[in-house]
Amino acid sequence: MSTRIELKELTKRFGGSGSGGILAVDRVSFKVEGGEVLGFLGPNGAGKSTTMKMLTGFLPATSGSASICGFDVAARPLEAKRCIGYLPEGAPAYADMTPEGFLTFCASVRGLTGEAGRKAVARAVERTNLEGVLRQPVETLSKGFKRRVGLAQAILHDPDVLILDEPTDGLDPNQKHEVRALIRELAKGKGSGDGGRAVVLSTHILEEVEAVCTRVVLIARGRVVADCTPAEFVAKSRFHNAVTLEIVTPDRADVPAALRQISGVSGVEDVEAVDAGAGRRVRCVVLAGKGKAVAHEVSHLVKARGWEVEAMRVEAGRLDDVFRDLTCASG
Amino acid sequence: MQGTLPIFRRELSGYFATPVAYVFIVIFLILTGIFTWQLGGFFERGQADLRPFFDFHPWLYLFLIPAVSMRLWAEEHKSGTIELLMTLPVSRGGAVAGKFLAAWAFCGVALALTFPLWITVNYLGDPDNGAIVTGYIGSLLMAGAFLAIGACVSAATKSQVIAFIIAVVICFLFLLAGFPPVTEFLKGAQMPEAVISAVTSFSFLTRFDAIAKGVIDLRDLIFFSTLIACCLVMNAFILEAKKA
Repeated sequence: MSTRIELKELTKRFGGSGSGGILAVDRVSFKVEGGEVLGFLGPNGAGKSTTMKMLTGFLPATSGSASICGFDVAARPLEAKRCIGYLPEGAPAYADMTPEGFLTFCASVRGLTGEAGRKAVARAVERTNLEGVLRQPVETLSKGFKRRVGLAQAILHDPDVLILDEPTDGLDPNQKHEVRALIRELAKGKGSGDGGRAVVLSTHILEEVEAVCTRVVLIARGRVVADCTPAEFVAKSRFHNAVTLEIVTPDRADVPAALRQISGVSGVEDVEAVDAGAGRRVRCVVLAGKGKAVAHEVSHLVKARGWEVEAMRVEAGRLDDVFRDLTCASG
Repeated sequence: MQGTLPIFRRELSGYFATPVAYVFIVIFLILTGIFTWQLGGFFERGQADLRPFFDFHPWLYLFLIPAVSMRLWAEEHKSGTIELLMTLPVSRGGAVAGKFLAAWAFCGVALALTFPLWITVNYLGDPDNGAIVTGYIGSLLMAGAFLAIGACVSAATKSQVIAFIIAVVICFLFLLAGFPPVTEFLKGAQMPEAVISAVTSFSFLTRFDAIAKGVIDLRDLIFFSTLIACCLVMNAFILEAKKA
């Protein structure tokens, strides 16, 4: 393991200096090690893209620093850029070029010419399944193919650091699945050096994080509000370890009160009478207190009372709930 | 100058991959033809030289060159490819140079395709070929100056139309600087002699006129080269300023 990406108090203020202007990114610090797939989360406008643009050296930082593979992005931009594969938001590519021409161009800019260039392009094309459209102008390609051209461009030189800005945004479910599978596979690649490849991908699609990431950094209004594993992230939810229960009982009005008696239960929510089953069915969510597991106690109570269980499910937590909590709170 | 060569190649082949190159070259050749034979009175003059051909170049370039330069950066800004280009390991200077040189080489190709005129004039008479070569060099230099101005303007906007219009206006000012009515006007406005000569010295017309006659003055060469260099440096600065 070696540190691939390091951000120190990275700050970006647009328009005006001092306290004027818009603070887009506010003292963001974190490190990414080789082998990690970091999901960079945040609502639209939180500063995800701006942070990535500073990481890749497109935008200069107002203060603070970023380094890629040990090269400071501001002081040694060329060395840093050589280590990065970057997919900008929307995967821009020269519209009148063919994927083949475009990739060959990107390879030659990266110093891969002649045989080495052909090999690099062939490998990237194979991994992104672009064989069928190599000679078609980029502007005639579907969104999914365009995205793949962008990804192919990013992995041409087998970079140690892969930065992907919303790689699955605007794709259909099949394409999303494909791109995610590709990202997972790319993360396994070891990069040119040893120590593994670091992948940073931004998204506001939460399932993506669970699907591909080993770590989550959530930012809101330019600040980091969470930095943990996806499991820890989900555990922040008040629905973590909550039990969703659907039971049949003659006296359904008593159910919430009885459940609240259990030690460790912090509340019973979403109590809902279900009309099916002769009006004796009830559904509710039993919330567990922080760090408590209540499933066992709940099932005991169910047995003791002789309730008939229609459904019972322990939740890991709700991503969108954590997302909302963390990004809306602390104004 | 990291990345100049691949960018140069991409840009140059980009011209020929789209109709832009062919439309431009055909129009350029038709217009040079019309200007030389019809308006320039090539035959009526009874002289074996290419003066009527070169005399119209400044006016032709005024509109055609901004049409070439307008897309250089504006298109990149518009389509977002600028972000891709600037995050590849290329230096800003390298990208500016690559794009400029490609556009310049393209203009060079268009200019070179006027060679039938040169053959014609050699067939008809016994021209001073040295003067003609000088004329071509001067014309290419002037095209470079127009292009550098246009590239600089193009870097500042994402609209190609704006890039075109502003470039035409700026080039027009450079042309007019030495136009007799302007000089007369400045004299009439009681401008000091230093100002008038300063303004006149920026004129493309006067400087190109000298070169087209076959007189290579080092000062004229330096003028065009410096102007190109300044515009390209400014181009790089505008790119930097526009991102922040």
